[in-house]
Amino acid sequence: MDYFLQQLVNGLTLGAIYGLIAIGYTMVYGILGMINFAHGEVYMIGAFLSMICLLVLGAVGITWIPFALAITLVIAMAFAAAYGWTIERIAYRPLRGSFRLAPLISAIGVSIFLQNYVQLAQGARPKPIPPVISGRVTLLDTGGLTVAMSYTQMLIIAITILLLVGFTWLITSTPLGRAQRATEQDQTMAALVGIDVNRTISITFVMGAALAAVAGLMVTLYYGVIDFFLGFLAGVKAFTAAVLGGIGSLPGAVLGGLLIGLIEAFWSGYFSIEYKDVAVFSILVLVLIFRPTGLLGRPEIEKV
Amino acid sequence: MTALLTVEHLTMRFGGLTAVDDVSFTALASDITGVIGPNGAGKTTCFNCITGFYKPTVGQVTLAGRNGIVQLEQLPGAKIARQGVARTFQNIRLFDGMTVLENLLVAQHHALMRASGFTVLGLIGWPGYTRAERAAIDKARYWLQQAGLEAEADREAGTLPYGAQRRVEIARAMCTDPVLLCLDEPAAGLNPRESADLNQLLYTIRDQHTCGILLIEHDMSVVMTVCDHIVVLDYGRKIADGTPAEVKADPAVIRAYLGEDEEAA
Repeated sequence: MDYFLQQLVNGLTLGAIYGLIAIGYTMVYGILGMINFAHGEVYMIGAFLSMICLLVLGAVGITWIPFALAITLVIAMAFAAAYGWTIERIAYRPLRGSFRLAPLISAIGVSIFLQNYVQLAQGARPKPIPPVISGRVTLLDTGGLTVAMSYTQMLIIAITILLLVGFTWLITSTPLGRAQRATEQDQTMAALVGIDVNRTISITFVMGAALAAVAGLMVTLYYGVIDFFLGFLAGVKAFTAAVLGGIGSLPGAVLGGLLIGLIEAFWSGYFSIEYKDVAVFSILVLVLIFRPTGLLGRPEIEKV
Repeated sequence: MTALLTVEHLTMRFGGLTAVDDVSFTALASDITGVIGPNGAGKTTCFNCITGFYKPTVGQVTLAGRNGIVQLEQLPGAKIARQGVARTFQNIRLFDGMTVLENLLVAQHHALMRASGFTVLGLIGWPGYTRAERAAIDKARYWLQQAGLEAEADREAGTLPYGAQRRVEIARAMCTDPVLLCLDEPAAGLNPRESADLNQLLYTIRDQHTCGILLIEHDMSVVMTVCDHIVVLDYGRKIADGTPAEVKADPAVIRAYLGEDEEAA
């Protein structure tokens, strides 16, 4: 039981990170109908930005942790947002209206480019960072095993919940959210009623990238070691999460992320840690075969 | 009265096919102008040229718009919308997943953004900006009332009956404050009751707002009741232009609708 609870805590933390990345996939898919395979790389860049920022802040002597984290969060989000905006502007917008696969191939190109760019700029070796937040809370102690939750884990889950609430509000009750949903449903009509479609799409990329950067900061804090290849696996897993939850659906992305995180944690805990990725990607295959619309996705209705 | 819309020598060719051939007419702001003709007469093509979906091969489309005289044929579609031309489609294109009220609010997005000075604060609806938002909701409510849909404000647009969806589409178009409203077969598929509601809405727009209406329709009976001025197309050419009574009596129109040698009406 203790072991189960411990894996539950670990799985939820991991799932929160996947969920945040998955939102970026699902939003872009919703509005453009394309999978932005460079999104995992934006997350990786977010992690690097966080690491650099934390180290610089440490070097100049800003050591009050909450303050340093807040600054890091803002800077990582802003820079990653700029990356997201630029990627859309350079690699996707010129291909809009081209054949369906063109932006997808372009996305893969951007992904490889960014990986190599970071590898050259930062080196190929994994970068360790000293733990920023230490300490944990013991949730349960039954003599043998204890169930504990580190402050980092609590922070990750708390920030995720906060962001999700804010984000849901943004989408459901602000003019921006309305414009986004309208653009998602019918771009031509949205343009006809006076929405700047290009701007709305740019903002979507910016928001997705900012959330990915938050995930990047979290992973830096959680694992304490990052490398240039980090975005690939996490990106594909978050994509799996988005598909599992129903691509195009925001709550689905979060639910999918949590489920993938839990599956990974429990599989590692009870079966075999080497095969955890196999388990996750088997889910992708099973979902695509048996429930292509995902858990919360709406079936695609062919417009006549 | 000066013309709201002046179409001169409009010609649209698709490869070897001339869909619209040298059509000229004017529409007044105080009128409901109908463009009618049998299937394939070039009505929708003509419409698409006016609303910027197609770029005409030859000809000029001049609008006495919000910001003075503009040549519509030189503008892309989205810019035409900003000049005050709103349109609806033959197959209804509402934002199905959004509520009726949201559909009308989204149509005022540009105005709302302008009110907030295009800032991020406006995008997320900061308090200073709520006045503009409230005005937008008032306008949306007004048009819901005119369309007889106040009770449906919070329903998902896609779940409304067909006739009501049509009226939502027109209300949404009116929320963009157009000077010219273009309706593509607004009465298609409506039952007589819904059709009467629609006519009522069109009269309100014509009589109480400075907005001209251009509608295309192949159902003669609808056009004869609501239009003040009718342009008849056949095989891409204009064959008649006048009041409903004039058009009804025109031998060329009767021929186009009933055929040359077939049994006479």
